[in-house]
Amino acid sequence: MTRKQRRMTIIGGSLAVLALAAALVLNALRDSIVFFSTPTMVAEKHVEPGKRFRLGGLVQPGSLQRGDNLAVTFEVADGNAKLPVAYKGILPDLFREGQGVVAEGALDANGVFKADTVLAKHDETYMPKDVADALKKQGHWKDDYGTQASGAAKPAAATAQGNPQGAVR
Amino acid sequence: MIAESGHYALVLALGLALIQSIVPLIGARLRDAALMNVARSTALAQLLFVGASFTALVMLHVNSDFSVANVYENSHSMKPLLYKITGVWGNHEGSMLLWVSILALFGGLVASFGNNLPLSLRAHVLAVQAWIASAFYLFILATSNPFLRIVNPPIEGRDLNPVLQDIGLAVHPPMLYLGYVGFSISFSFAIAALMEGRIDAAWARWVRPWTLVAWIFLTLGIAMGSYWAYYELGWGGWWFWDPVENASLMPWLGGTALLHSALVMEKRNALKVWTILLSILTFSLSLLGTFLVRSGVITSVHAFATDPTRGVFILLILCLFIGGSLSLFAGRATALKQGGLFAPISREGALVLNNLLLTVACAVVLFGTLYPLAMEMLADFKMSVGAPFYNLTFAPLFALLLLAVPFGPMLAWKRGDLLGVTQRLLAAGVAGLVVVAITWSWVRGGSALAPLAIGLGVFVIAGAVTDLVERTGLVRLPFATVLHRSRGLPRSAWGTAFAHAGLGVALIGIVCETTWNSEYIATMKPNDVAHVASYDVKLDGLFQRQGPNYREMIAEFNVSRDGEAIRVMTPSKRSFTTRGSSTTEAALLTRGASQLYISLGDVTAEGAIAVRIYHKPLVLLIWWGPVLMAFGGVLSLSDRRLRVGAPKPARTKQRLQPAE
Repeated sequence: MTRKQRRMTIIGGSLAVLALAAALVLNALRDSIVFFSTPTMVAEKHVEPGKRFRLGGLVQPGSLQRGDNLAVTFEVADGNAKLPVAYKGILPDLFREGQGVVAEGALDANGVFKADTVLAKHDETYMPKDVADALKKQGHWKDDYGTQASGAAKPAAATAQGNPQGAVR
Repeated sequence: MIAESGHYALVLALGLALIQSIVPLIGARLRDAALMNVARSTALAQLLFVGASFTALVMLHVNSDFSVANVYENSHSMKPLLYKITGVWGNHEGSMLLWVSILALFGGLVASFGNNLPLSLRAHVLAVQAWIASAFYLFILATSNPFLRIVNPPIEGRDLNPVLQDIGLAVHPPMLYLGYVGFSISFSFAIAALMEGRIDAAWARWVRPWTLVAWIFLTLGIAMGSYWAYYELGWGGWWFWDPVENASLMPWLGGTALLHSALVMEKRNALKVWTILLSILTFSLSLLGTFLVRSGVITSVHAFATDPTRGVFILLILCLFIGGSLSLFAGRATALKQGGLFAPISREGALVLNNLLLTVACAVVLFGTLYPLAMEMLADFKMSVGAPFYNLTFAPLFALLLLAVPFGPMLAWKRGDLLGVTQRLLAAGVAGLVVVAITWSWVRGGSALAPLAIGLGVFVIAGAVTDLVERTGLVRLPFATVLHRSRGLPRSAWGTAFAHAGLGVALIGIVCETTWNSEYIATMKPNDVAHVASYDVKLDGLFQRQGPNYREMIAEFNVSRDGEAIRVMTPSKRSFTTRGSSTTEAALLTRGASQLYISLGDVTAEGAIAVRIYHKPLVLLIWWGPVLMAFGGVLSLSDRRLRVGAPKPARTKQRLQPAE
């Protein structure tokens, strides 16, 4: 093999791997991305049942109801709209009424958000940033959200997971 | 006084770093040895002053001096001593101080062990180190001073985030930073080489041990962080593809590629330009990681915009160093002479493939981390890129890489014999296939993916063993010869085998845990029994206990199997009064490499408690793998050719060339 051929082999190999990676990424982008919505956005956009998304907002005070066998229902509100959420499992340590929450799942036929994951992922001010941003944008959030959190460290996410397979597909 | 002294020491360190940034370079220009040697003394003095500054902050935390804002925000007088100390880096300001302290430590190590480096190279390296240091001292002093006082000191502190009050915080961030910041050394060497316009195999011999040290710490740091998240967060997850985690994974992927390409450069004097580029990229990824974690940009670009000083400052540092170094690279790289021809099928070719797959996998992670940020900034909608994305992209690329791993070390330099190597790996391949068949028949159908992945893991381990068997002549030679040959085998060969086997071990753990993890969630009353994966878990009762700065509710479980009692497990829920928050302390029962995992939920009105029990088969392999890899790294580091700071000049190289 001449020097040129060797070089071409290596360049060709590199391009093949790059093309493979690009194909994988494009394929994955089609159906593995989860969008973030607030109850208002859900009401406006008419999200179809079964489509997975992340719902963020405040847990409506007084809406939390515990059923049998760890079933819970609560409402997520953002000031303009409310959306009922059903979840089965253990809620994260930092889950409170009146405070921010992010849930992942899909709407069912009755318009109830069936969550398989409830995240309470936030700093000491008890507000997920996604939620704070969305509320701020709608003008429902007056508090200064400037002082940011501590922690060099990883365990910043507290997650409750009813169905681990749902997340590790 | 302590706070002021600490602050003052930090300012002095900045002054020293500024001198170190400029004077040695002037010395190198003028070929003045005295001026070049300034770098050495300033690097050591800098270490001394930063060390003093860091010690001052530790003392403030230990003494619970709440007149200092940083201590007030993150400490509490009732907090145990260990957490008072680790709380120093459990917050933004303190962790940045740890960052520069470790940077100064590495600078000091180069200064004290770099006596056999060419004088001008050492001057350049230390000057570049000082540029980085100066930028970060300025950052700390301007935006994140940990020594600020409060005018009216409160009596009690606000306590550390309870999740961080764990031994994990003592180990994980320092390890991770030793890794992150350790890559600054190879970066500085790369910039120095570009500035001097000279690079040779000896350069790679100096760089490789430093890269290896950083890589070992980063490997352990990531594994430690993952285990910490696993037992502390209470739902048994160990990797979330969270941007913070990706921020540490990307330098690891880059650093792993760098280790391998530096090998080609050292042995064959090839891939010089690429190695330089990788050194720059790896440290750039470390800087990017620091930016992502420290700027608040991760969860939201809007949050970043509301408190911009810190983020913008780090972004400036990022642009300056990445942009500057890449432009320097673009301008000077062509001046570096290429050498070392090799055929595509050869050890070099295999290492190129390794680099290709690692960097592309790294690019995929980078894309997944930055894409949501870009979309939020440009199109103003939020999304999350999580495990499903990486399972479809990162996993196939890594599977390809793992498939190639056993071939690499067995191919000859310059021109390899792929067919011959395949024949020699036949046994390993058969072992892998047998395991696939056994696992598949054992789980009776189901997804074929898990047995295949386990077979791949076995193939990687068996491949590493085959390599050792081949090299020592086990099986085909008499035992005494084998013993002699294994003693003569360079430690780096053992290191390679251990590190590669570690990959296979981790893969098996990951696959077993995600596929055959069984879970039980229910509310339990005292004397209720749960059956999880052939274990009987009986709730004996609940009781309360008072800790130093928290109250805790403990549940006592009796675990038995086939009527035979095994152990009592006591998961608990702690509520921290100062912050009004609670943490879940999971209880773990280790059986071999598998674990039983219990964590608690809320108590219901009738006195029952929500309980989550997992059985995680072979879960510990996930972390034993990285430990094996790091052990391989240590073995390789102890190889006499690579002993840190003692690279021998080229003439002794012949004598020490390994028998491979």
